[in-house]
Amino acid sequence: MAEPLDDYIDAAARALGLRIEDAWRPAVRANLDVSLKLARMVDEFPLPDETEPASVFGA
Amino acid sequence: MKPSPQVSLAPEPVTQAVGKGWSAQEIAQAVAARKVSAGDVVEAALARIARHDTILNSFTDVTAERARARARTVDTAIAAGRSAGPLAGVPFAVKNLFDVEGLATRAGSKINRARSPAPRDATLIERLEAAGAVLVGALNMGEYAYDFTGENVHDGPSRNPHDVTRMSGGSSGGSGSAVGGGLVPIALGSDTNGSIRVPSSFCGIFGLKPTFGRLSRARSFPFVFSLDHLGPFARSVADLALAYDAMQGPDGDDAACTTRAAQPVTPLIAQEIGDLRIALAGGYFQTHLFPEAVEAVSHVARALDVTRTVEIPEAARARAAAYVITTTEGASLHLDRLRKQPDNFDPAVRDRLIAGAMVPAPLVDRAQKFRRWYRGEMLKIFETIDVLIAPATPCVAPKLGQTTFVLDGVELPVRANIGIHTQPISFIGLPVVAVPVPLQPMPIGVQIITAPWREDVALRVAYALEQMGVVASPAPRGF
Repeated sequence: MAEPLDDYIDAAARALGLRIEDAWRPAVRANLDVSLKLARMVDEFPLPDETEPASVFGA
Repeated sequence: MKPSPQVSLAPEPVTQAVGKGWSAQEIAQAVAARKVSAGDVVEAALARIARHDTILNSFTDVTAERARARARTVDTAIAAGRSAGPLAGVPFAVKNLFDVEGLATRAGSKINRARSPAPRDATLIERLEAAGAVLVGALNMGEYAYDFTGENVHDGPSRNPHDVTRMSGGSSGGSGSAVGGGLVPIALGSDTNGSIRVPSSFCGIFGLKPTFGRLSRARSFPFVFSLDHLGPFARSVADLALAYDAMQGPDGDDAACTTRAAQPVTPLIAQEIGDLRIALAGGYFQTHLFPEAVEAVSHVARALDVTRTVEIPEAARARAAAYVITTTEGASLHLDRLRKQPDNFDPAVRDRLIAGAMVPAPLVDRAQKFRRWYRGEMLKIFETIDVLIAPATPCVAPKLGQTTFVLDGVELPVRANIGIHTQPISFIGLPVVAVPVPLQPMPIGVQIITAPWREDVALRVAYALEQMGVVASPAPRGF
């Protein structure tokens, strides 16, 4: 039975031009699950619209 | 004529001095005073590396001929009455993500070994050698610095000098192992989420992760441009300060490097610390700790007479945001390699990076915006205090190959949890000195954290603790 993230992984791999062998899939899925959980934790934090990102660039 | 090896000519006391006794400061003073030659010091270091690195596995390259040539230059300068610099004759080594002229910069990987030899040294190597230090080699590390263990599937693990069945810590594992094992008095490493502070903690040495942008990253192999820092390891605070001072200053070759002038700290480290407002980091930083980590923080807090605890707002979310930025920027860096030669990665690194490539872009942008918010909150805290004390790692060095540990009755993955106390700090680039508390049987580190650009304050506190005997780099116990 397909895992919940598998369709997304397949679509993203196609979009990015990445090959994912069946043997790697469980680890990729587990890592993505952790990454998305942590990203969601950040996403849930309300920030003012005016907040600038912290990237570094100097013209 | 090729110079003959001079190992047998180096008197045993020199070998011992370089190995276990003499600090970088003592070596430089002895070399400058012509009590010992840089050549003899370097031969002694090379002999010690040859003898012990078969066990520690901290070096991936030993640049012996280059080191001998450099030592002759130092000795010639001193014989001619010229100053050879504050690090005259001091052997040092660098994590193998630093460009070393003539070597392919492998960054712990198999893939990068196909790169052309680096045409020029990294800026920090050039600056240390301009101060008289002598590069003796490049050091083992976790693949592409995406690691907290010091293990490497291609080169084998670097080993802990206090128990060679344990991890050195990552990703600058070879740096921790080489300095903790007394092979060199100074090494350089990188720290994106904790990779200087974790090996310092596990190997019982001092490590400085400076303010983000303080030291140039030019001609080092990157991992996460938003979070990468470079810095030194040493077995004393004075040595850490000497190395740090020699490397400071602007560098147009690193877009993130500060334009501030160098702010030397060596003259400041012995200043009294009675005027400093010091607090324990509370909440998040007092959880997920083994008893030895709690004990180490308590030792330091008692010695400094710290009674105040400060809550760090949203530290768990800061760690989460650091994780997101790391995995996505790392994935972007390696995307072509992931497409073309995925089989040549460490599988564990590859699978993390592939997952990182799939995190939607708005979530990464929000992590960078959260970083700005969190920075503002932390700067408010530093209006009322000068120093924060926090654990460096939740535990002493785990066993090599160990994948889980049980904490508070819950089985947790080792790799993902080693850096939980370092990540929320490097996330906003605060300077930290990791200080070693020499517990038995294994040492463990504590973070001395200060406001941006106040490395001097962190080093003063570290120096005071060292003078009190609360923190110290123990002699290698493992071999």
